[in-house]
Amino acid sequence: MTNGRTSNQALPLPAWGIRLESRKVDSETGAIKKMPPPGELIVALKQNIGVPAETIVQPGERVLKGQPIAIASRWGLSVAVHAPTSGAVMAIEERPIPVAGGGTGESVIIEPDGKEERYAGYVAQMNSKRLPPPQIRNEIMEAGIVGMGGALFPTATKLNPGSGIQALILNGVECEPYISADNALLTERSDQVLRGAAIMLAALDCDECLVAVKADMAEAQAAVQAAIDALGDDRISLVVVPAFYPAGGERQLIELITGKEVQAGGLPWDVGVVCQNVGTAAAVAKFFDEGEPLISRIVTVTGDGVGTAANIEVMIGTPIVDLVEFAGGYTDDAAGLVMGGPMMGFSLPHDQLPVTKATNCILVAGQAELDPSVREMPCIRCGECARVCPAALMPQQLLALARGPDYEALESQGLQDCIQCGCCDYVCPSYIPLTSRFIEAKQGLWENHLVSQRSALALRRFDARGERLERRESDRSDELQRQVDEIGPAGEIDADALRQLKQRVKSKKPGDKT
Amino acid sequence: MKFASNAAPHWLGAESVAVLMRQVLYALVPALIVLVWFFGAGIILNILVAAVVALGSEALVLRIRKRPVGLFISDYSALVTAVLLAMSLPPLTPWWITATGTVFAIVFAKHLYGGLGYNVFNPAMVGYAVLLVSFPEDMAAWPLPRNITPDQQTLSLFTVLQYWATGSVPADVTVDALSAATPLNSVKGQLGMMRTMPEIVGDPLFGNLAGHGWEWINAATALGGGWLLYRRIIRWQIPTAMLAGLLAPALVFYIVDPATHPSPAFHLLSGGTMLGIFFIATDPVSAAASNRGRLIYGLGIGIITYVIRNWGAYPDGIAFAVLLMNLAVPVIDRYTRPRIYGHGA
Repeated sequence: MTNGRTSNQALPLPAWGIRLESRKVDSETGAIKKMPPPGELIVALKQNIGVPAETIVQPGERVLKGQPIAIASRWGLSVAVHAPTSGAVMAIEERPIPVAGGGTGESVIIEPDGKEERYAGYVAQMNSKRLPPPQIRNEIMEAGIVGMGGALFPTATKLNPGSGIQALILNGVECEPYISADNALLTERSDQVLRGAAIMLAALDCDECLVAVKADMAEAQAAVQAAIDALGDDRISLVVVPAFYPAGGERQLIELITGKEVQAGGLPWDVGVVCQNVGTAAAVAKFFDEGEPLISRIVTVTGDGVGTAANIEVMIGTPIVDLVEFAGGYTDDAAGLVMGGPMMGFSLPHDQLPVTKATNCILVAGQAELDPSVREMPCIRCGECARVCPAALMPQQLLALARGPDYEALESQGLQDCIQCGCCDYVCPSYIPLTSRFIEAKQGLWENHLVSQRSALALRRFDARGERLERRESDRSDELQRQVDEIGPAGEIDADALRQLKQRVKSKKPGDKT
Repeated sequence: MKFASNAAPHWLGAESVAVLMRQVLYALVPALIVLVWFFGAGIILNILVAAVVALGSEALVLRIRKRPVGLFISDYSALVTAVLLAMSLPPLTPWWITATGTVFAIVFAKHLYGGLGYNVFNPAMVGYAVLLVSFPEDMAAWPLPRNITPDQQTLSLFTVLQYWATGSVPADVTVDALSAATPLNSVKGQLGMMRTMPEIVGDPLFGNLAGHGWEWINAATALGGGWLLYRRIIRWQIPTAMLAGLLAPALVFYIVDPATHPSPAFHLLSGGTMLGIFFIATDPVSAAASNRGRLIYGLGIGIITYVIRNWGAYPDGIAFAVLLMNLAVPVIDRYTRPRIYGHGA
């Protein structure tokens, strides 16, 4: 399926996308630093796409490192959440959580005791690759593992595509500037990633795995190749992906590697592919190898606004303020706080927010690092946005339609296919915030759908009422008819009566007096 | 610590509209130098008039429309329109003609349609077309280029200014100095008189490949255009397609009957060909949106230009070709939308 491009040769350049300065040097140097438990952990219960986990601990209870504190909800897609370290549950309450647009979420507040006492409920399993696939998936679900590239999709669900999967793609592309968490992971712990890959292959019953690394990450490439050679597993190979943004988008990566397109509304399964982040694979390996569920992750803390940029392995729930402190604190230049990269990352209003399973990067930007919003000019239809759009949309046309807004046309021209990568904003000479407009338009489209659904429902109700009335009417006439039928054919009664009347009339001669 | 919130993306990588427009102006400098060399300083007067009128009328309309005057005036788009129009006009054009064309370009073609980004037609070409139908004689009045004949009269700057200001000149100025036939005009007229191409191009008005002087003007324009391509301020689709649309029929007819059809090289280096290819047709606002659409758009302009040059009433056809294809843009856009990722094959 990969047309023989399974060796570590670079793929052809995509027709879309942009080249961005990588700015990864700062945090690339130096080993992954491990941050000790902070004074307080804020462990959000909703750390996955779907519904939040349900707590099984009480305030005041002591929890151990790795102990489940919330289990997957039965009410939808959900995964368990674990205590990142040993300590006391101080409270279970709503806390601000880092999500786009801001918001709060129920969180378990843990005060670490510093003992790092481990929960004994999970043990290392050496035969992990020989476990039956359903059991592997159950354990991954149990371990609270979700897509760590930022999507937070429950990994076990993604590993359950049925048969016909030809390749597992491990996404280590990390195409956004600054972020180097996956790069550091691959450089230092490729073996762990590959062990995770082998377990995932077993769960998928698939025997090809491609580890995708970006062309400008030479160290990570070398480390992956060395780990592949050391492992001697010929099912796993390295794929070098062009240093283009957004080559790391799931659909874009699949298109680059396999040449296949995942249809709108479809899933990578449809083209025989499952895509997982390298960090997710490492988390899987960690659970099976060491019995440690997903309680920590690598976060790139970088930017001119932070003392020493670094990749830091940090407990889920660590407040960002503590994380920044660990990285040397704020510099005088600190002007912006972004979770994620400069293209798709979102602004954080303050630093009292916890690290979640989705936090791959905390960018503490200096004054000059982020572009301020510029006064926008009208679109001059230069078409650069369409040239770079990875979904082959025409953002300049969508923009005009969004002004209306003409929802029907927006939908037919692919508004829903926009992946919000921000490439169009980046190349726009009129500095139009296209992505924001499209997000708004999607919201509008959604509401419009609701309204039309509601009106469709009202129409159905109206029609139903009409039918009901009609039915009642026809029921009534049926009932009448039935009564009439019961009494007897109306015609005969009339005929008899008429005959009798006629006889009576005939029996009376004219002139006769009655 | 608290921080300001901004919507993603947080990086912007493009140069502004104003910067792009300025580059277009820079790219016109080589052509301007060669134009002045062959036809004198009159073209500078055109540019000055057009620039002043363009900026003035733009500011006025922006004020009437209650738009930020400073923001839009500084985008250089009115200036680009003015310079393109001015460089299309004969070097000896009385100021009111230039001013009329500019007002039509800025007020009617641009702002009545909504201003920057909303104009359906190329403003400079609207101005040009208005002048072409309103002042046909003046618009055809190109003087002889430099160095055609040994006894050629060169106009003094004073005479040029006099003509520019009043539309008339002292009696001792010859007609040729004021208005000679352009090569395109000459070819059209003389072919009509049953002369053949080899006979026609024997005239000193012609150089090696096309009109004397015009070859160099077009070459210099192409140089600027090439720079715009290199800077990626324009993309290759429209220029290439327009080139193909003009050259393909020119080549076919030239092969079939070279006696009555100018060579492809002549078409390439005559009149406004290069200005049209690199600076007029590539105006993104009034052009088709998609790459495929732009190929069709450019091809159409090239073909219509050839048709007008060959069979039409006007010696050059770029302005009308561009305006006609501007009209076709909505249809082209509708049928050339690229297939969206994940929809079909």
